[in-house]
Amino acid sequence: MSRMRTWLKTFLLIELLRGMAVTIRQFFAPKVTLNYPEEKAPQSPRFRGLHALRRYPNGQERCIACKMCEAVCPAQAITIDSDVSEDGTRRTTRYDIDLFKCIYCGFCEEACPVDAIVETRIHEYHFENRGENVMTKEKLLAVGDRYEAMIAADKSADAPYR
Amino acid sequence: MEGLINAWEGLPEMWQGLLITTASVIAVMMGVILSVAFTTLAERKVIGYMQLRRGPNRITLFGIPVLHGLAQPFADVIKLLLKEVLIPAQADRTLFLLAPLIVLVPALTAWAVIPFSPEFVLADINAGLLFILALTSLGVYGVILAGWAANSKYAFLGAMRSAAQMVAYELSMGFAIVGVLMAAGSLNLGDIVRAQQGGALSWYWFWLFPLFIVYFIAGVAETNRAPFDVAEGESEIVAGFHVEYSGAPFATLFALPEYANMILIAALASVMFLGGWLSPFEGYLPAGWWITEPSFFWLFAKIGFFIFIYLWIRATFPRYRYDQIMRLGWKVLIPVTLVWLFVEGIMVWLKVGPWSS
Repeated sequence: MSRMRTWLKTFLLIELLRGMAVTIRQFFAPKVTLNYPEEKAPQSPRFRGLHALRRYPNGQERCIACKMCEAVCPAQAITIDSDVSEDGTRRTTRYDIDLFKCIYCGFCEEACPVDAIVETRIHEYHFENRGENVMTKEKLLAVGDRYEAMIAADKSADAPYR
Repeated sequence: MEGLINAWEGLPEMWQGLLITTASVIAVMMGVILSVAFTTLAERKVIGYMQLRRGPNRITLFGIPVLHGLAQPFADVIKLLLKEVLIPAQADRTLFLLAPLIVLVPALTAWAVIPFSPEFVLADINAGLLFILALTSLGVYGVILAGWAANSKYAFLGAMRSAAQMVAYELSMGFAIVGVLMAAGSLNLGDIVRAQQGGALSWYWFWLFPLFIVYFIAGVAETNRAPFDVAEGESEIVAGFHVEYSGAPFATLFALPEYANMILIAALASVMFLGGWLSPFEGYLPAGWWITEPSFFWLFAKIGFFIFIYLWIRATFPRYRYDQIMRLGWKVLIPVTLVWLFVEGIMVWLKVGPWSS
């Protein structure tokens, strides 16, 4: 009996019509696509995008070359060289992040004892030449200087949960 | 203007006829090619909408803000025509370049016998249906040649699948057409339409409903559209018979004929089962109004309806497995048509139905 019913359902195309009813309902349903450059999806303050190196308000670099980030980085994307600077403090002479190796896990940010390396919410960036994928110390500091207000706001928004 | 009219009347009668025929052929061809272009756009839009996306909506026509995405087909065509034509080293050059034309020409020629309105048909021949059957089965030679000439395993497999599928579904399609033939008593497409006069319920879809469904399913299979697109089968054989093609031959081998055939099958289904250019309200609403008059508008509306069903089906169903396609064609569709032909024969004999007169 049930085999008969299955056969009838198939033969009379009832199953197929049911499937088509589903698609026609979707046809009239509101569309979920965002028109990307004009409309953007909301971002969390925890968004992990392009990296930046921060400074203290007096202009001094935060990074103390402890190399915690280099040690924790699972993709080994960070390379750091350090030396004693003119004022006698320990500073980096080289701080490179290879963005092709980076997996944007945010471990460097977590490991940093002085909140020097951070990941910003910037995700729309591109490279036009080979080698530009390596973010040098100068470039990272420039990103940090340019977006300090945004970074500070994001960090303070997330601070209560840390 | 005066001079032009004088020059026209000065021409011999034969030349006048030739010029008029050429002009109408070009008009129909341009119409078909333009509808193909916009069918590709409609396909992407409809499938996008059914998947909760918006489809192409960037390229505008003449910069008019309301028509977002309307110029997409032109952008596609320009891109395809500007691309390099690659010919594989092991391929048979002549056949490789000839195959797209063998697919394209029948797809466009078949339009000659479609009656667009009571007055307008390019070639009002008596064996119109036979002509269409012959031409649509000719197209598969191009597909097989394309697969063979490319000298690639995947293309060859795709061509073989396409050939087997065409043979299987041509039969049930032919049987469905025989049903129409029995009902109309003519092979001339215009006469078939005229035999269906008298409102939506006296069209053949009502009396020949199983044949109508079988015809449309076989038509979908015949045009290698989803869910019968094993000849392309992206997941199994890359792209089937047209893997090795690129640029302009790709456009003429794959895009143009596939959509032209789709529209052709839709037009045939409207002519044979939905009363072609007849109005659905004829006899139900007071006469003398344009809604009850037969006109080309009704044919185009019906073709649009079938095209939408094509796209709807493609957005809904997954692809059949090869053996399932064969099973459906040989073991389901052909018996159904045979049984209904028998029933129809009895109905004609007992003078039941609209064709008894």
